[in-house]
Amino acid sequence: MINQVFFFYFAVVIVAMSLMAITRRQVLHGVLYMLLLFFHIAGLYLFLNAEFISAVQIIVYAGAIMVLFLFVIMLLNLREDVRKKQFIAVWPMGLLVSVGILMVILMSMLTVHIGTKGVWGIAQIERATQTVAVGTVLYTQYLFPFEVASLVLLVAIIGAIVLAKKRLR
Amino acid sequence: MSTLIALETARFGIPQWLWTIGFIIVKIAVVLGGVMLHVAYATYFERKVIGRMQNRLGPMVVGPYGLLQPIADGIKSFFKEDIIPTNADKPIFFMAPVLGLMAALSSLAVVPFFNGFVIANINIGLLFLFAMSSLAVYGVILGGWASNSKFSFLGSLRASAQVISYEVPLGLSLVGVMIMAGSLNITEIVNAQSRYPGGMYITAQWLGFFVFVVSAIAETNRSPFDLPEAEQELIAGFFTEYSGMRFALFFMAEYTGMIIMSSIAVLCFLGGWTIPPFVLKILPFLGVVPGIVWFIMKLYVCIFFYYWIRSTLPRYRYDQLMAIGWKVLIPLSLANIVITAVLKILLHHTGTP
Repeated sequence: MINQVFFFYFAVVIVAMSLMAITRRQVLHGVLYMLLLFFHIAGLYLFLNAEFISAVQIIVYAGAIMVLFLFVIMLLNLREDVRKKQFIAVWPMGLLVSVGILMVILMSMLTVHIGTKGVWGIAQIERATQTVAVGTVLYTQYLFPFEVASLVLLVAIIGAIVLAKKRLR
Repeated sequence: MSTLIALETARFGIPQWLWTIGFIIVKIAVVLGGVMLHVAYATYFERKVIGRMQNRLGPMVVGPYGLLQPIADGIKSFFKEDIIPTNADKPIFFMAPVLGLMAALSSLAVVPFFNGFVIANINIGLLFLFAMSSLAVYGVILGGWASNSKFSFLGSLRASAQVISYEVPLGLSLVGVMIMAGSLNITEIVNAQSRYPGGMYITAQWLGFFVFVVSAIAETNRSPFDLPEAEQELIAGFFTEYSGMRFALFFMAEYTGMIIMSSIAVLCFLGGWTIPPFVLKILPFLGVVPGIVWFIMKLYVCIFFYYWIRSTLPRYRYDQLMAIGWKVLIPLSLANIVITAVLKILLHHTGTP
């Protein structure tokens, strides 16, 4: 019962905050609603006994990425967005793209099937703590995908440096 | 701690969960009251220390040796006129100082002040501290943005870049401690330190401690990294437009942040509430002194260090700040992680912990 109440609260707030984030005139207000949204997602993770993921969610998204967003917004100094009536002229295009994404999500939801349970049940995770569980699985079983992901990030960092450097000597 | 646990059992017909909640609320009140008192007297301590270092006496007028100065300051800022700029974004302008103080104060929930006394003994204590210290910058950024003034704006722009840059070495410098302790729970980190020389991680993790100290000073926007509020360039930086109690809230957030950073240093590198074993061996009667005394003594050494640095070093230039962060501290902390991990594996194989 109390689980459902909590989940209901988080779900409703997450949906409401994401709507608020995309409908605000002032970009900075949108960013702040997104901050609240991240907190509730972290709460949802905490609710799933995933304390490590929830802390990382706050540190990375709320602490780093949103600050970066704010930094960019301040550098651009978008004060005319309040005056302008409409930014994007071709809204049917946006609708088409979002409906397409929705279709993809629905199709993937229809084809999902629940696999067999792994070694890490709730009891094991509670005994070993979730941080240990994630670390162990990530660095043994999923080491190769993990390394691939970090390589992709490395490529992105190098790309950013190349773009930021005006002259390469 | 048996007395504290005994309090949690049911009595007087009141269910146990109510006792637990009441006990937590009392703990929160004690911690908040204690820390806010320390915040007030940290300002007094700062003015005294810097005064002495500059051949002055510091505050001397209010009370004996100026001891009532922080209280007088509090009353003054409470009754001052609260000026709000016309073009300010009002909700954010009101929210910013509260947000900053809230982030700083919620970090206190996971700080163990002495053995067994912690509001929330969670497994990810250290990560929680990181999360809250990374949120503290929102007060600065939003305050500067909402004021709608050039000085505030420049200050908050600097703050956001600085905090993003220094959060990375701050986190990485503590990874060495996490590897050595094998846990993120702060109580366990303190307990794990007793196996190492001096009962402190600073002996083995001196490189991590150095990186941590520098990035903690930068993260709390203290001199010599106080670019967001550089008085000579930006009047007061991000809080130029704030006055009265709202300004005091920013001030409190800054000092609470300093206390948090110092307590992380004490807990993760200086052995927390424990006494170094060799001191206990020479002077065994010191064992009866409660842990909180050692904790506060170590905390004040760290806070004194903050003031010492402030009155000694001039402010860094902005490009120097970035260069130190990205070109010196991050490589050093990464090297520290690699060395610690390799040593741990080597020592683990030879049998010593």
